[in-house]
Amino acid sequence: MEGQLKKRIFKDRLFKYLVILFAFISILPLLLILYYITRNGIAVINWEFLTELPKPFGEAGGGIFNAIIGTFFLIVLSSVLSIPFGISAGIYLSEKSEGKIAHMVRLCVVVLQGTPSIVIGIVVYMWFVVPFKGFSALSGGIALSVMMLPVIIKTTEETLKLMPYTLKEASLALGVPYYKTILKVILPTGLSGILTGILLSVARITGETAPLLFTAFGNQFMNYNIFKPMDSLPYRIFYYAMSPYPEWHSFAWGASFILVAVVLGFNLIARGIAIKWKVQF
Amino acid sequence: MESSVLTVKDFSAFFGDNRILKDINISISDNLVTALMGPSGCGKTTLIRCVNRMHELIPGAKVSGKIYLREDDVYSMEPILLRRKIGMVFQKPNPFPMMSIYDNVIAGYKLNGIRLRKDEFDTIVEKSLRGAALWNEVKDALHRKGTFLSGGQQQRLCIARALAMNPEILLLDEPTSALDPKSTAHIEELIVELKKSVTMLLVTHNIAQAARVSDFTAFIYLGELIEFGPTEKMFTVPKDKRTEEYLTGKFG
Repeated sequence: MEGQLKKRIFKDRLFKYLVILFAFISILPLLLILYYITRNGIAVINWEFLTELPKPFGEAGGGIFNAIIGTFFLIVLSSVLSIPFGISAGIYLSEKSEGKIAHMVRLCVVVLQGTPSIVIGIVVYMWFVVPFKGFSALSGGIALSVMMLPVIIKTTEETLKLMPYTLKEASLALGVPYYKTILKVILPTGLSGILTGILLSVARITGETAPLLFTAFGNQFMNYNIFKPMDSLPYRIFYYAMSPYPEWHSFAWGASFILVAVVLGFNLIARGIAIKWKVQF
Repeated sequence: MESSVLTVKDFSAFFGDNRILKDINISISDNLVTALMGPSGCGKTTLIRCVNRMHELIPGAKVSGKIYLREDDVYSMEPILLRRKIGMVFQKPNPFPMMSIYDNVIAGYKLNGIRLRKDEFDTIVEKSLRGAALWNEVKDALHRKGTFLSGGQQQRLCIARALAMNPEILLLDEPTSALDPKSTAHIEELIVELKKSVTMLLVTHNIAQAARVSDFTAFIYLGELIEFGPTEKMFTVPKDKRTEEYLTGKFG
């Protein structure tokens, strides 16, 4: 009896420590990635690195300013393109959640979410790059916005579904028309959830490289024209890392560090909004 | 019938093929509290939701018969305009969580795009909050969120929000069922006080509450109006055997 009990307590402890061990092992890759990027990247980061353009082969120095601006442009473009559609679709799904079309849309969202980004890149290449005969930031924005859509649609739908029906009733009973109830009561109340979704989707596309290879392509020079090829952080990392020069390799680490910091920043802001603007009912 | 605010005539309501209400006839006079009581699921909530046409928002809901607000046929009015004339307070307090107390009171104006001057809004807010006996508690916190208030205060805020629209009639759908006894007493006092200026239709499953606050009582059972008359009379000498059984706690 006594022995039996001891064995069970031992098993209990063993299980607990195993769970902790595996949990730690699962975050180990992330810690290692962060460690390597910081160790190799932090050394090259200085003001010049952030504010200078890439230099041609053989010339020392150079930076990633055009890539930072390019990534910023791409984020804005893809957000402008995807947010209205994403939120509208999310509203539709939460309002008409039982309809046939809603089920179809939901299925499409899942499929879209699972579509490899390089496939999206090729499709956008066929649609927008080939007909207009040239790579452009706009086509890059389109490719990224397609990737943002499923995340925004899903989070909007989930957020709005959590709204209590009594809230909608309160508004309708005051004689507020349905569309105003959605736009002025339901959406503002779900704002924090929707914003969180948008930021998470931005974090998701910030690091995307594959679709950009066929669309925004990349540009060594400064470019503010969205109809011309544009640089981006992931593309710049790819470009530097594939080069044969050790100095450029360290630039790739530096750019990686900046990229990871930006993505992490978006994630943290998203979390902050979710916690701080949490609506109490 | 001349002075009745609300007249319900041969009114039936359905969910799909299910008949929830059967040929209801009631007329409600000015500045009185009429209580609708009956066991759960008897259709009393459905009845008041038919008055401001919230019932039809649920898929499969149908109605037949007539309801008149004063002389106007409710079912030939634009629901949006109708609902601005009829205030409604729900079971669970539901102030708008993103709005301040001030904005919650004038939400009916703000959300409908009715523009008034700042001082006109100030007057409406003060008058409505005083009407709902909430002014003294919140007058220094008008710009805080409505959800910081206690449950009972939130419910009074919802009453203020309904009063701000100057409704012809105020529908109260079990307004105290989510509140503690003290807040309930507060709301009941408020209903008695409000009677001077507003006509009210109160749904309650609490017999004692109907007795305490109402002038007229309608007893609904299984979708039928069993008895309708002055509260005092119904509670002392009920005409129908079922009313008597319900009042004495034999069912319900």
